[in-house]
Amino acid sequence: MTMQRKAPAAAALASILLIAACGGAASGGGPTAGASAPADPAQATGEITVLTNRTDMVTDGTLGRYAAEFNKTYPGIKVKFDGITDYEGEVKIRMNTENYGDVLLIPSTVSRDDYPAFFSALGPAADLSRKYQFTEKGTVDGTVYGLASFAVVNGFVYNKDVWARAGITAWPKTPAEFLTALQAVKDRTDAIPYYTNYKDGWPLSGWQGAMGAISCDPKANDKLATAPNPWSAGSDLNVSDTLLFDIVSRKLSEPDPTTTNWEDSKGLLARGEISSMFLGSWSIAQMRDAAAKAGKSPDDIGYLPFPAQVDGKYCAPTTPDYVYAINKHSRNQQAARAWVDWVLDSSTFTADIQGISSRRDAPLPTALKPFEDAGVRLFELSQAEAGKVTTIDNAAEVGLTKPEYRQRLVDIARGAAKGDLGGALTELAGKWADAVALGG
Amino acid sequence: MVRTSARTSRPAPPSRHAAARPSRWRRATPWLYLAAPLIMLGTFTYVPVVSMLSYSFTDWDGVSPDRAYVGLDNYVRLFTRPELFSVFATSLYYLVAALVQIVLALYFAAVLSFETRFRSLFKGVIFFPYLLNGVAVAFVFLYLFQPGGTLDQVLGLAGVDAGILWLGNPDLANVSLSGVSVWRFMGLNFVLFLGAIQSVPSELHEAAMLDGASRPRVLWHIVIPSIRPIISLSLILGVAGSLSVFEIPYIMTGGSGETKTFVIQTVKLAFQFNKTGLASAAAVVLLVVILLITWVQRRIVPEERTPSA
Repeated sequence: MTMQRKAPAAAALASILLIAACGGAASGGGPTAGASAPADPAQATGEITVLTNRTDMVTDGTLGRYAAEFNKTYPGIKVKFDGITDYEGEVKIRMNTENYGDVLLIPSTVSRDDYPAFFSALGPAADLSRKYQFTEKGTVDGTVYGLASFAVVNGFVYNKDVWARAGITAWPKTPAEFLTALQAVKDRTDAIPYYTNYKDGWPLSGWQGAMGAISCDPKANDKLATAPNPWSAGSDLNVSDTLLFDIVSRKLSEPDPTTTNWEDSKGLLARGEISSMFLGSWSIAQMRDAAAKAGKSPDDIGYLPFPAQVDGKYCAPTTPDYVYAINKHSRNQQAARAWVDWVLDSSTFTADIQGISSRRDAPLPTALKPFEDAGVRLFELSQAEAGKVTTIDNAAEVGLTKPEYRQRLVDIARGAAKGDLGGALTELAGKWADAVALGG
Repeated sequence: MVRTSARTSRPAPPSRHAAARPSRWRRATPWLYLAAPLIMLGTFTYVPVVSMLSYSFTDWDGVSPDRAYVGLDNYVRLFTRPELFSVFATSLYYLVAALVQIVLALYFAAVLSFETRFRSLFKGVIFFPYLLNGVAVAFVFLYLFQPGGTLDQVLGLAGVDAGILWLGNPDLANVSLSGVSVWRFMGLNFVLFLGAIQSVPSELHEAAMLDGASRPRVLWHIVIPSIRPIISLSLILGVAGSLSVFEIPYIMTGGSGETKTFVIQTVKLAFQFNKTGLASAAAVVLLVVILLITWVQRRIVPEERTPSA
């Protein structure tokens, strides 16, 4: 008899849970409470869960060491890490419930207008931007909801030893010089001059990082929001896409792009089997590790800016990576804020990954020393219109930061798809113009 | 099974509640047994289908707390963009592969239903790929198809050194991928056919053999007609499967180049471009297309009620 009663009860319970899971965040649209740091660190208590995409730093204990360090200042706060491999996909779905950790990185697919519905306010932009750079990315109506975890510049990571053997000693100044350099690598060494990482896709979409490096314009990205043709001759996208296309069509890239492997590519570059890849400066630390593992000197890993100059100077726009935010539904707002502040202000995280700190007063990472020495112009790429650009990008189904757009260029370049570069860029521009005309 | 146990159950012991409401107990019993699978079926199949239907009438982006009802807008957009349906051409490769798969499975099932040496071993070998996880299969074949990978090495032993890009060549990529699909799913067809063939009464073919019929003739005139319902089921599954191919090309090529299928395209719409509403509409359309094809197929090849089936 007890069983008989339990079964319908269990069914009812299951359906309630189900409705709760489906309805979830749909109702949460009220005013957002702010998350302020605890007044007295020694007294602060709570247990927080931090969602992270750095599963490697969870497994190798790096994040655990940060937490131990954090506990020296905040002994009462317990920090747990939840490493997620498919971060974007999984967190986006979890955000339909209230259970998406206490501190998280905002998935890039979440529209900026929705930030107040999901995250706690961190403070007025006017105050926070004095201490931190890149606050624009997480700011809605003058209030900051997310602070950049770190920022990067984009460029070519290359194997210095291979380039020296090919007889190249100076950084190329134009795309043409860069192609000549790759050709020299092909002619004089056994290395694959350039590796696209076509199969994994996301490293290939990193070419979007050339935005602003050619025009040297801090507003380059914002201008996309109103540009009728972002691929016009001489534009950032046109020059970078043409360079990629030429690299592949001149057979300076790997023979079969469809079977590339990102994890393997690090070792290949370190051992000099690949000569270069276009990646964010975050990759330098990983490539140096790979070199050490392969028994090579980490100093063989070099990093050079996009081969284009304005007034005799290279330009390297800095762009923020994921931004930290606090779950609006978290019951430990103060503890969560304490962690965010501590990671940004006191941890060695950005130095460890060779990222550019969001703190204005922090020095550049050592990996970018050559950039400083060469007088490369570093500037913050404005993100003021980033939300609008993403909206247009999605509406147009162009996918500036998605693999398919550049995979198609690579396919045309290697003769695996019909068409030519001009036609492909015109088609993209047409889609873009339609979406701009519709207002996103 | 439930019914049998109810019929053969002993007279109720003189316990308190069984004596009080024997009939109620009896009516509830099958539902208790069914509760777990029914709840699972509802939770993981019907509830998501209903939510998908409701999403398809909204402009939801997949995360945003608010969504607007847009009526049939998504369906209109879908059908005014013919390029979204051109990816069904990729499915033709998988459709051909499904036919090849059925023929091969039938052949192996027929051969292995007779006394053959190492019969059980071969059965295991043929069925085994179906037990593997699709993601694992895709990764294994990714290494197989790499330039200088396993396939090239095996061909090299045979003296062939063609330097073929199995996945890189756009004319070949879909053939390679559908080949993987045949390798993976043939085991299922094989087991279905084998079971069906073994349920054909042995007197039938023994009699035919005594009358002097050869094995191919027994197969053609006795075995195949007897297992027609299973073959037609396999065909329906094959057509539905080839329209909704997903995991193998998604993992092996990410749907790049010419290897994009309708489901990959839908996933990209939903998760890359945040058009969850439009993607749900596409998924509903795929569901309707598959139901339609199944219905047409059942019309053309009606299922016969054979005494053995």
